[in-house]
Amino acid sequence: MENCSIEVHNLTTTYGGAPVLWDVDFELPVGQIIGVIGPNGSGKTTLLKTIMGLLEPSSGFVKIFNQDLDKIRERVAYVPQRESVDWDFPASVYDIVMMGRYRKHNLFRRTNKTDIDIVNQSIEKVGLTEFKNRQIAQLSGGQQQRVFIARALAQRAELYLMDEPFVGVDAATESSILSLLQEMKNDGKTVLIIHHDLQTVSDYFDYLVLLNTRLIAKGTPQEVLTKENLTNAYGGQLTLLAKVASLIKENEFPIREKDMDF
Amino acid sequence: MQTLIDFITFKDPNVIYVVLGMICINTSSAVIGTFAFLRKRALIGDAIAHALLPGVCLGFILAGDKNIIYLLGGAFLTGWLATFLVDYIVNQTKIKQDAAIGIVLSTLFAFGIVLMSVIQNGDYANEGGLNNFLFGQAAAINKDEVYIFGIILLVILVATYFFYRAFLSISFNYDFAASAGLPVKTIEFVLTSLTVLAIAAGIQALGVVLMSALIITPAAAARFWSNNLRVMLLIAVVFSVFSGVLGAYVSYANAGVPTGPWVVLILSLITIISFVFSTKKGILYRILLANKNKRKIFTENILKSIFQWHEKKQKDIAEPFAAADLLSVRLFSTRELNKGLVKLKQKGLLVADGTKFYLSAEGIVESKRIVRLHRLWEHYLLRRTSMDENHVHAGAEAIEHVLSPEIEKELEKELGILGIPKDDY
Repeated sequence: MENCSIEVHNLTTTYGGAPVLWDVDFELPVGQIIGVIGPNGSGKTTLLKTIMGLLEPSSGFVKIFNQDLDKIRERVAYVPQRESVDWDFPASVYDIVMMGRYRKHNLFRRTNKTDIDIVNQSIEKVGLTEFKNRQIAQLSGGQQQRVFIARALAQRAELYLMDEPFVGVDAATESSILSLLQEMKNDGKTVLIIHHDLQTVSDYFDYLVLLNTRLIAKGTPQEVLTKENLTNAYGGQLTLLAKVASLIKENEFPIREKDMDF
Repeated sequence: MQTLIDFITFKDPNVIYVVLGMICINTSSAVIGTFAFLRKRALIGDAIAHALLPGVCLGFILAGDKNIIYLLGGAFLTGWLATFLVDYIVNQTKIKQDAAIGIVLSTLFAFGIVLMSVIQNGDYANEGGLNNFLFGQAAAINKDEVYIFGIILLVILVATYFFYRAFLSISFNYDFAASAGLPVKTIEFVLTSLTVLAIAAGIQALGVVLMSALIITPAAAARFWSNNLRVMLLIAVVFSVFSGVLGAYVSYANAGVPTGPWVVLILSLITIISFVFSTKKGILYRILLANKNKRKIFTENILKSIFQWHEKKQKDIAEPFAAADLLSVRLFSTRELNKGLVKLKQKGLLVADGTKFYLSAEGIVESKRIVRLHRLWEHYLLRRTSMDENHVHAGAEAIEHVLSPEIEKELEKELGILGIPKDDY
């Protein structure tokens, strides 16, 4: 692909020995809103965490904008699942969004004017200005999700990876996130979103990745959302694959033979 | 009384070392403990504290006497070993963290006790004070140790100042910090080292068995009082230092009484007081709030029945009425009703006129508002749910007191009703 945001090459990630992602291989376009869909336990979050370098793949590699992640980390922003943190943490909306400005090179420096401006703008973009100084525990689920998105916006990245931003949010938050996504797309940003609601998939996304441990399909929503693809991903057609995976785990087999890595 | 004066005036020069030592130890552990608490790693502190005992004993065996540098060095090593072992067990086996902590804690502590009995049975001179490491003896703090505790405190404060963003970031959201490229492993290493250091500093004064309380409890108590991390850190330090100095005094005034248990008891008392009395999160505040709401509901019910009585008699709302009239629209106990009427009078909503009452201008507005909310909610329930007409009244009875002006506006918009609906269910 000429303009490639994420290249995932033969990626395998295991959890406790069993493969959660298995030889997944794709390239994603730039400047689009991309959805990652698949049933529960199909490895969507694992894919995002492996791309972000939070999990070590057992084989394969990831390139972002044709480079290693470590070289271009500051061009990538990550929005974890809302439930992954304890919201009863002694911090305000402003404090959390400011964490988006923390980087290796400024970790020991004080906050400067640019940081403060960017944080305020990011809070305003998600419509939380009036809640700026509120303790995060006192926010609704939708507002907490918007805090996470504002923190990613404060990172001023080009590629955004979001893990289920539409889960447990109210209608107002959903539409405000959607218009924000459009705005980001118009600015040339690429957004990769894990999504679980098949009903809304074709409205929200320009490009889709359908996953169930293996890559089932990728492409435009029309290309991906075929009956055959969906049955393959959701219809229990892959139970054989699951059985082989658990066999590997129980018997301590390697997933790939050493000299076959690439 | 005399001992208290002696203590406060530092008549005994040892007292000044004890007090300074306790200030250093308790400040260090409260600051580092706050981060451990926020990272939900508080119990690791317990494993570390117990694991320090074999380190202290090994240090003693190597040095041949109670050389503080050897003792602290040994403690630091086994403390680190404990955190490493806990993480290793969690990562490599199916054993969960609580069980891993239990295993490491008891194993290393048992090993420590074995070493201690070896020392006591061997021919080491001056091994007598080693027992203090179990339950703590603040009185044993001497001048050299105060310097060392002071240096440890300084290291912890300076590190926390520089690493504040780093500690904050990994405490709230480790994965996000890692994704942003922060050196999370290094930050974690620094934080764990400081935790071991803070605990190691305190074991002589507090004892290995109870030292973990100094890591966990001040932060837990402080959390009730503030939602701001900086303020929370300060409160934790104040609580901890207060308990430490007071505990040291009790132990000083009663020769031979170990310090650790007293410090922990005082600290626990502060924690109990915190969760009873603290604002917003405290038990007492919530009880008071519930009572306040009960009184509000009662007076609002009186205002509502005043409106209903006038409506029923087709009188103007401003006309006077007798207390007994209200009983014809709603059941009140006479005593409670009279109390409620007095309250409304005090608030200026009601005016007494001989034996009768009438609503003030403000009272009229308020009573109309409550009736309106009640009926709006009834309409809302009828329209939006499958509730029966003879059930909606009960459903609205409690809700009218809760609805905020914003929700009132939304209801008005959604139902398209202005003024007070006529039908009452």
